[in-house]
Amino acid sequence: MADFMQFALSGVTVGAVYALIALGFTIIYNASDVVNFAQGEFVMLGGMGTVFAHQAGLPLPLAALLAIALTAMIGIIFNRLAIETARNAPVVSLIIITIGASIFIQGVVQIVFGKQIYRLPSFSGDTPIPLFGANILPQSLWVIAGAIIVFIALWLFFTRTMTGRAVLATSNNRLAAQLVGINTNFMMTLSFGVSAAIGALAGVLVSPITLTSYQVGVPLALKGFAAAMLGGMGNPKGALVGGILLGLLESFTAGYLSSHYKDAVAFIVILVLLSVKPQGLFGTKTVNRV
Amino acid sequence: MLSIEGLRSRYGRIEVLHGLDVTVNSGEIVTVVGANGAGKTTLLKCIAGVQPVSAGQITFRGEEITLVPAFKRLSRGLALSPEGRQIFTNLTVEENLRLGAFLFADERVERDMEDAFVMFPVLKQKRNLVAGGLSGGQQQMLAIARALMGRPTCLLLDEPSMGLAPILVAQIFDVVKSLKSLHVTVLLVEQNAFGALEVADRGYVMETGRIAMEGEAKALIEDPRIRETYLGI
Ligand SMILES: Nc1ncnc2c1ncn2[C@@H]1O[C@H](COP(=O)(O)OP(=O)(O)OP(=O)(O)O)[C@@H](O)[C@H]1O
Ligand SMILES: [Mg+2]
Repeated sequence: MADFMQFALSGVTVGAVYALIALGFTIIYNASDVVNFAQGEFVMLGGMGTVFAHQAGLPLPLAALLAIALTAMIGIIFNRLAIETARNAPVVSLIIITIGASIFIQGVVQIVFGKQIYRLPSFSGDTPIPLFGANILPQSLWVIAGAIIVFIALWLFFTRTMTGRAVLATSNNRLAAQLVGINTNFMMTLSFGVSAAIGALAGVLVSPITLTSYQVGVPLALKGFAAAMLGGMGNPKGALVGGILLGLLESFTAGYLSSHYKDAVAFIVILVLLSVKPQGLFGTKTVNRV
Repeated sequence: MLSIEGLRSRYGRIEVLHGLDVTVNSGEIVTVVGANGAGKTTLLKCIAGVQPVSAGQITFRGEEITLVPAFKRLSRGLALSPEGRQIFTNLTVEENLRLGAFLFADERVERDMEDAFVMFPVLKQKRNLVAGGLSGGQQQMLAIARALMGRPTCLLLDEPSMGLAPILVAQIFDVVKSLKSLHVTVLLVEQNAFGALEVADRGYVMETGRIAMEGEAKALIEDPRIRETYLGI
């Protein structure tokens, strides 16, 4: 039983990271129908940026804020240079552009900061806290809290605010959105900025646990993407639930079977689920009548 | 109210508008008729700002708007109900209408929505359904209603009668006429030249990117060339 709780807690922690990444996917997808595979690089930039700003002498919270702000800027620049300029290209081309951007960002970070693995100090120490008969690291609580707060903020944003509706309208029909007075370029800028900032936040929160290096982004992007698909692409609730589920699946597989199988089992479950329910757990089927 | 001078526009390297002059006075209903591919839709897209202008200028209520971004034109009073029912297919009918009033957050939004439902009762029945599931004609009505939610002083209508049953076509032209009493100026593009000229004050005939003829709607309807080419009489 203690094992079970321990696996559950670590699953929720990893799942919260996946959820944060999936939420990043959700925003850009909602604004532009693009699945942004550079999302993992935002996570990497958040972690690496904080490491270097901290090493340069900034206190940790300030270093984290700086890294998040810089990553948001990079997200906005990425949108301006790579996505806006190819706006009329098919969505598939845009997705390939995001993969290219991902490789480019990794390359630049590798040249500037090298290939070493870096660690960030934990925010509240490393003394495990007993919880439900198992132990949890204080840093895990930070990760989980981060995912929940971001989820609630996004949920309110998309359902309660006019700007959130405008983002959804922009993705659904850009021409119509302009005609009702929505500044669609700004909605894209906003989406990329916020999405990159959320990715960077995930990187800041998780780096004390998982360490970071120039190449942590790609596997995280794939997991976040899987989580978003599992929950239903475009739905913040789906991103949260999908992320936590994926984390739990991995953790229990690693605990009870073998950590060699954790990725395989997780992906098999997702494939089976998507073949039964292609739109994901919370996805809405889009009705398009031609 | 709206004046277009020497307007040229192109798709890639192919110019499709070769210098148009069109004027719409305040309170008028003006129609532009012409064959398929004449450039009517392109003209309205230029006025709405969603199609680049390569030469000429567009003036609206005394201010040049040629380079004003599309999303700022509605707040100046210019709305387009586009060709091909550009509605928000994933959102409900009511959400579509509310987005039409995106620029406003006052109690008039609710009143305008009730007015839209009086104008198009079928939209009221379907208000909570996803707009992508409406029939073509219903989507067309939704596009018009959504444009009106933006409180335009000048409404650009691109083929509002397209794809509608004859009884609905008559209803749409009634709606267009009724806009006059609401002090909305209308620029109406139509395939249905006869219906359009009947409700309009003045008309323009477009042929391959040029204005071929213009005049009082009553005179155009009587013109033998127009009767032959566009009215099929
Ligand atoms: N997106 C586009 N790309 C390239 N050419 C286009 C595009 N849209 C229209 N055209 C061309 O521009 C010309 C004018 O088209 P437009 O749609 O303005 O005509 P229209 O008068 O509205 O026709 P219809 O009555 O069929 O709606 C046509 O020759 C058309 O082939
Ligand atoms: Mg047309």
